Amino acid sequence: MKTTTIIGLEVHVQLLTETKLFSGAINKFAPEAPNTHVDPVTLGLPGTLPVMNRKAYELAVKVGLALNCDIAPFTKWDRKQYYYPDLPKAYQISQYDLPLCHDGYLEIDLPDGGGQKRIGIIRAHLEEDAGKNMHAAGGDSRVDLNRAGTPLSEIVSEPDIRSAAEAKAYLQELKLLMSYLGVSDCNMQEGSLRCDVNINLHLEKEDGKKVATPIVEIKNMNSFNGVEAAILYEEKRQLEAFEKTGKTIDDAPKATRGFDLDRGVTYPMREKEEAADYRYFPDPDLTPVTITDAEVETIRATMGEFPADRRSRFVAALELSAYDAGVIIDQGVAFADYFEEVHRACGDPKRAANWCTQDVLRDMNERGEGLVAFSAAVPASVLGGLLRLIGDGDLTTAAARDEYAKYLGGDYETAGGTTPEDALAHVRANAEAAGALTVKDTGALEAAIAAVLDKPSSDKAIEAVKGGKQQAVGPLIGQVMKEVKGADPKTVREMLIAAIEAC
Amino acid sequence: MSGSALPTTAVEITAAVKAGDVTAVETAEAALAAIEAGDGDVAAFVHVDRDAVLGHATRVDAKRAAGERLGPLAGVPVAIKDLICEEGQPCTCSSKMLADFRPPYSAHVSDLLLAADAVPTGRANMDEFAMGSSTENSAVKTTKNPWDLERAPGGSSGGSAAAVAAGFTPLAVGTDTGGSIRQPAAFCGITGLKPTYGRVSRYGLVAFASSLDQIGPMATTVADAALMLQAIAGHDARDATCLDEPVPDYLASLDEPLTGLRVGVCREHFVEGLDAEVSKAVLEAVEVYKSLGAEVVDVDLPHSKYSVATYYIIAPSEASSNLARYDGVHYGHRSEKFDPQNEDLVTFYERNRGEGFGDEVKRRILLGTFTLSAGYSDQYYNQSLKVRRLIKRDFVAAFEKCDVIASPATPTAAFKIGELVDDPLAMYLNDMYTIAANMAGIPALSLPCGFTAGGLPIGLQLSAGLLAEEKLLRAARMYEAATDWHTRRPA
Amino acid sequence: MDAAPKSDAPKVGRDDVAKIARLARLRLEEDELDRIWPQLAKIVGYVEQLAEVDTDGVEPMAHAVERTNVLRDDVPVEMLPRDKALANAPKNDGKYFLVPQIIDAE
Repeated sequence: MKTTTIIGLEVHVQLLTETKLFSGAINKFAPEAPNTHVDPVTLGLPGTLPVMNRKAYELAVKVGLALNCDIAPFTKWDRKQYYYPDLPKAYQISQYDLPLCHDGYLEIDLPDGGGQKRIGIIRAHLEEDAGKNMHAAGGDSRVDLNRAGTPLSEIVSEPDIRSAAEAKAYLQELKLLMSYLGVSDCNMQEGSLRCDVNINLHLEKEDGKKVATPIVEIKNMNSFNGVEAAILYEEKRQLEAFEKTGKTIDDAPKATRGFDLDRGVTYPMREKEEAADYRYFPDPDLTPVTITDAEVETIRATMGEFPADRRSRFVAALELSAYDAGVIIDQGVAFADYFEEVHRACGDPKRAANWCTQDVLRDMNERGEGLVAFSAAVPASVLGGLLRLIGDGDLTTAAARDEYAKYLGGDYETAGGTTPEDALAHVRANAEAAGALTVKDTGALEAAIAAVLDKPSSDKAIEAVKGGKQQAVGPLIGQVMKEVKGADPKTVREMLIAAIEAC
Repeated sequence: MSGSALPTTAVEITAAVKAGDVTAVETAEAALAAIEAGDGDVAAFVHVDRDAVLGHATRVDAKRAAGERLGPLAGVPVAIKDLICEEGQPCTCSSKMLADFRPPYSAHVSDLLLAADAVPTGRANMDEFAMGSSTENSAVKTTKNPWDLERAPGGSSGGSAAAVAAGFTPLAVGTDTGGSIRQPAAFCGITGLKPTYGRVSRYGLVAFASSLDQIGPMATTVADAALMLQAIAGHDARDATCLDEPVPDYLASLDEPLTGLRVGVCREHFVEGLDAEVSKAVLEAVEVYKSLGAEVVDVDLPHSKYSVATYYIIAPSEASSNLARYDGVHYGHRSEKFDPQNEDLVTFYERNRGEGFGDEVKRRILLGTFTLSAGYSDQYYNQSLKVRRLIKRDFVAAFEKCDVIASPATPTAAFKIGELVDDPLAMYLNDMYTIAANMAGIPALSLPCGFTAGGLPIGLQLSAGLLAEEKLLRAARMYEAATDWHTRRPA
Repeated sequence: MDAAPKSDAPKVGRDDVAKIARLARLRLEEDELDRIWPQLAKIVGYVEQLAEVDTDGVEPMAHAVERTNVLRDDVPVEMLPRDKALANAPKNDGKYFLVPQIIDAE
């Protein structure tokens, strides 16, 4: 039997606004201070009214543009009615029949170099988040409304996803896109990106008959690994269930399941007694919003470069490897910006990429700090300056590493001025004071080389080099460099070989 | 206090307070004394916070003493319908559901009244959550009509109307969703104005039906109504439906008669169901306009006969949603009968809401839940929104032919308490003349135009085009100046 | 469907009203249901008259005064201190609103 997994994802992305969707209460994750980021509107107090946040609307338009959606020239806000303790008005302000964004797609890189695939986007609408219920063991449940009213973009994909790996790739690309555009921080621990998975199997039996298993919705996942594991589990479970019961999509309505990350299994959620009837109707407290093509273009113009475009540019224009370009882009927009500043300051994109993907990433991870703290210690202009000194032959790589470590360790003031020129001067001055600059005085080098070659202990090496074994020059390089601190080993090696061959 | 009688209208009071002839505390004390003496019978108020009232009055007097400029309602006692939030005061909506609710914030209108140096003088009774036409749906008490204590004052702003008619306060704040200012104004022989939808901010007004609710003044004279509208009208960024349009000076032109005034009369208004005495009084009022030089023109409002049916879909639909928040979680009544061992969350809500709401509120929530439910919303809710547009179009066409439309405010004068309580539909039909203005969003007012043989006041309704309050008030003032119905007070 | 209060069959019967009450989270005691359902049936019967209005091509009108694009700037306002936010809660612990234990999964 041939099986195909059919997956559609509904992703909720919290938008990065200062204030909530419909009130001026602060939009900020603060579980340690429950019920403090609230105002009368957030609490849904009698008499309060919502007023739409312009920034949230614009961010939601950006989401749509990033996902190649059509932006609705006329959109309105609808009330979705249901009762839950985290929903203070007992309705959620959402969008029903006229979503702000619709009919788009997202290109993803298929796993294992399988090329690209386009995942359709049905709609991306704007709505408000609910608060949070916390189920304590025994006693009462606790309700925190800090999150209530946070603007959300709900992004609904077509059922175009065919595997757990594709789902993960889709989510990763979506997260990257949202964070690049400054639309959302997509911090999954804080729940600013959450996902529902709709999944079933299409089966083709040996006799050519096609059937589909009942659709299952796995609710409220907040980790990529969880989504992946839940899909893998559900693929197995649905196949086994079908083989056991023969039940198809025609025999059972859509079921809701949760996912237990610790046990790696999905489990049935309690079914509501009556089918959900949300009784959508246009919110009379809010006016519809219209947008012209020109206004859409104005917003588009503020969006900057999409990550996929930037990745391509790194490969095409900067001649980075696809791998390095990917590593840099995946670190997020701030890191990519840092890299670009480094490469502009040093003039060698490849060298900048090597340092950024190796030294910088390693040290950032070791320090356990974000890029902000890291770049406070080693600003991009400073790193760029160090790399330029290497390129100019003024610093050896080893010496540059020593200098870099000093910046990282806080041994230097980093205030090197705001221009790359200032920073370069500052980096050079520090290196010079430390005696780290490469000695370019060939007179001193020639003298030191002559002295080393004169030593009887060097005869053996000289013979070997003359015999064609150039690597035998190594110990001599060391001796020369002992005499002339700051000499460039490459230069020393070349001069030594030339001197031996000349004698 | 001086021996002479205190002034009675808001215009007079504020002038006297500004002149230093009386103090705000004196007028407040007088209002409190009148309430003390008369409200045992009338039951207009659900809560009077004596200290808060005198505190407001003292602040006004202190302002004057300090030489500060006083606001347009300086020292005027104002009754506040018990669904407009005043921080720290109860706001029960005359419901068991909100019996203990004290809002931590104030309505925009409350802020404006204080800014105008008015003296909020107690929370006026109402039909529960503004649903009703008699104030009998109050969970607290039943307000009596000061003209006849066995009769209803109308509703839902019955407490506000009775407070003004009984002379407790010269002004009251009312709200009008389908006639809740104008019908009680008519029943109580006072002037009540429902402004254009969006003219007054709804922020802090506990919602009944959001697309219809509007706050307005209730007063004994047209000038007092204009004075209060002046103070409360205008843009508020906290209400997205509040109009950002300049507020004209309503008082400046009030006494200038309108030349070439065209008064529209609609035949459909004078049909079966209209009491003969009311019909006669209203037609006589039209004659008064003729005698003042106005042209009377026939207008057609072919869809107005559907306004009650339209209203009883739209208003309950919105109400079923607006009142969903009263579930006993964050505020409001929570049942003590809930058994967490054996009952689920649904039952928790059902118990809280079942106990907290009275019959009429339940009926409307049920009706609205039904008209919005899957499979029915097209047939009921969506169809009603379309008919609403037809009702509005009728008015747009009518106001091309006339400046104001004159009609009865109510089909009968005040009915007896208990008379319609078991027949909700008959009660609803009491609003047959007032509802259309809410549908179309246009301003409309009721003012006294006569009395029945039994001595009950009769109301004349005037309506005008969007934002035409200035014209509407001037037209009302023309009639008022030519008649003396508004000067009569209950015994 | 239950018997009609009038001769024409009502659109809304007793069982329907009970179902709607559940959707609206309103507990109706048996006697309340007996009292209220015929009233509702009568009102629904009355509003049925809208079906006779020809509304072909008429746009629904959800707002009394139709406007668009009323938006606010993304600027914070003063928030409520927590004690005020919780002051009207039927039950709270000084930090959270409290509701009876909710079990809605597994």
